[in-house]
Amino acid sequence: MAQLTMAKAINEGLRRAMADDPKVLVMGEDIGKLGGVFRITDGLLGEFGAQRVVDTPLAEAGIMGTAVGLAFRGYRPVVEIQFDGFVYPAFDQIVCQVAKLRYRTRGNVTMPITIRIPWAGGVGAAEHHSESPEAYFVHTSGLRVVAVSNPQDAYVMLRQAIASNDPVVFFEPKRLYHSKGEVDLDVQLADAPPMGLARVAREGSDVTLLTYGSQVGTALDAATAAEDDGVSIEVIDLRSISPVDYRTVTASVRKTGRVVVTHEAAREAGVGAELIASVTERCFNYLEAAPQRVTGHDIPYPPAKLEKHHLPDLDRILDAVDRVMDRPNSLSGVRD
Amino acid sequence: MTMTHTLTPTADLATDIDDVARLLTPDGERIADPELDRWVADVDAITLRGLYRDMVLLRRIDTEGVALQRQGQLGLWPPCQGQEATQIGTARALRADDFAFPSYRETGVVYARGGKPSDFVLAWRGEEHSTYNPYDINTATQQIIIGAQALHAVGYAMGVQRDGTDQVSVAYFGDGASSQGDVNEAMVFAASFGAPVVFVCTNNQWAISEPVSVQAKFPIAGRAPGFGIPSMRVDGNDVLACFAAMRWALDMARRGEGPAFIEAVTYRMGPHTTSDDPTRYRDKEEVEKWRRRDPITRLEALLRARGEFDEAFIGTVEDDADALAAGVREAAMTATTRAPLTVLDNVYAEPHSGIDEQREWFGAYLDGFAPAPEEV
Repeated sequence: MAQLTMAKAINEGLRRAMADDPKVLVMGEDIGKLGGVFRITDGLLGEFGAQRVVDTPLAEAGIMGTAVGLAFRGYRPVVEIQFDGFVYPAFDQIVCQVAKLRYRTRGNVTMPITIRIPWAGGVGAAEHHSESPEAYFVHTSGLRVVAVSNPQDAYVMLRQAIASNDPVVFFEPKRLYHSKGEVDLDVQLADAPPMGLARVAREGSDVTLLTYGSQVGTALDAATAAEDDGVSIEVIDLRSISPVDYRTVTASVRKTGRVVVTHEAAREAGVGAELIASVTERCFNYLEAAPQRVTGHDIPYPPAKLEKHHLPDLDRILDAVDRVMDRPNSLSGVRD
Repeated sequence: MTMTHTLTPTADLATDIDDVARLLTPDGERIADPELDRWVADVDAITLRGLYRDMVLLRRIDTEGVALQRQGQLGLWPPCQGQEATQIGTARALRADDFAFPSYRETGVVYARGGKPSDFVLAWRGEEHSTYNPYDINTATQQIIIGAQALHAVGYAMGVQRDGTDQVSVAYFGDGASSQGDVNEAMVFAASFGAPVVFVCTNNQWAISEPVSVQAKFPIAGRAPGFGIPSMRVDGNDVLACFAAMRWALDMARRGEGPAFIEAVTYRMGPHTTSDDPTRYRDKEEVEKWRRRDPITRLEALLRARGEFDEAFIGTVEDDADALAAGVREAAMTATTRAPLTVLDNVYAEPHSGIDEQREWFGAYLDGFAPAPEEV
């Protein structure tokens, strides 16, 4: 086991995937000599050459559309979108082409494209550099959407995503790029948990706290804090947000009877809305309280100096926990 | 880098339909062209007759498609009458192992690549999105999003480069698509990487109701050199010129010289689709002017002048067209709609718990309509 940052774990995942399969290539802006703006592709150009580490023109639709053509030809492109807010120019190619080509051709054309997106806020970045666009992609059939929360998952799930014959939107929380963790680089992919499975990050008995990616750490902190108040929170790291592993989720909800969902993205029609609707359908008779969402506000991502007021923090999660526990000391006061 | 044939930047060149390279006059007279002649030096009467036959058969498919739509057998049809020379001339220059990325109107490209009668109608009937396996005829599913396929063709060509073969990919799109970001980004990528791709822009003068002058104040072929891509503006109703221009472009791409761009200047004689009413936005005189430039009549005149248009030949062509039209009609009339549960097939390559769950639910729901088993 090695102690690696998430950035290095992803770099190692790319390197091994490329070494294993000559059809894997990486492409994006600044990924060659620079090694990517986050240095995720550092060293790959020297090791694999410009035919497999493709510095592209600055055109997101162009990157995604040519990746479609390469996939048509039998390649497995791993595309880097430089920042979350830059994915929108490529949106048509992702949702109309990448996602649908297999369906349109009745399975004759596969799109094994991995779309890596440095994602979400908390790093004091400029406008368009901190967004959480995952709901757009979750709503699109044909895509798999995953979000990683630790170096081990980042390494393994990236390799699983590249190996998958389905297109995968792969969200990497940039505020976790430099966080370190144990990584088993020699793990056999077949033995590792599939990327579609959720992980019970912390066991608990009173409240199920559902989250993914960048919020997993905050959720775990909230669970630790709640323990002092005598509330036992089970934290579930979804890992995959399309599809969601409802088997793990519902097992937890049937045990606890209370649900809180937290994510950075805006609330309206977000992943949290879908999670609560699905959990309610499946577990209505087990629920002790109305499920609660702790999300970003329904606003454009705010300027960096204000982002702490947008991002769900430990206290806002605990406030929601109070609500599902029907505690009178809830910060939010009246519930209806 | 120079653009062949169109010379002076003036405001009306985008619509100057005679500032084009051609080998056949509108009357079907063979004329010389210094750029194109060498690419058709080997074209004999058999080849010319083949191109004529292809255009006639394509027009019959198109006529049958319109008729089937009017009879309620198809939901929609995008007519290509008038564009036969562009489609047949360019597609017949391709090798079988080249790969074409056509738009929804390139019926003739699908035909030339080996499409079956059912391939022309089942998508418009609503039975399939793609009626053929793209790898069977090396032709991508016809694209409806305007210009998206140009990038796919470039990406495919980048794959060809990495595989070290001399195949070429072709992006077909219209004058309207030339306004799209995807097409412009495709030219940037193609030029930057020297990808073996040919862009065929069918300038049929109209993007639904928008005339080409809304898309371009300068000939569309004139844009390509600005991207570093050599281009040619040809008479899109001259099948021989289209054939020659495509050979010029393919040769360059195969030799590793990178992309090329062809603007084929032609006309959509019919509506954009059967839902469209072109009488609202264009006048009869314009349509009639183009009717006199008909690509089939033009080649017929050349064949007649050369004594190659005898009764036996035209009889065979008409019989073939009748047979193909009958096949297309039969494919539409005998189409079998897939079973309801197949609507959930092929969304993903690998098991997906969300889809699996919905399949299970929908299957059980459908089973509810099954007749109850007879009591014994």
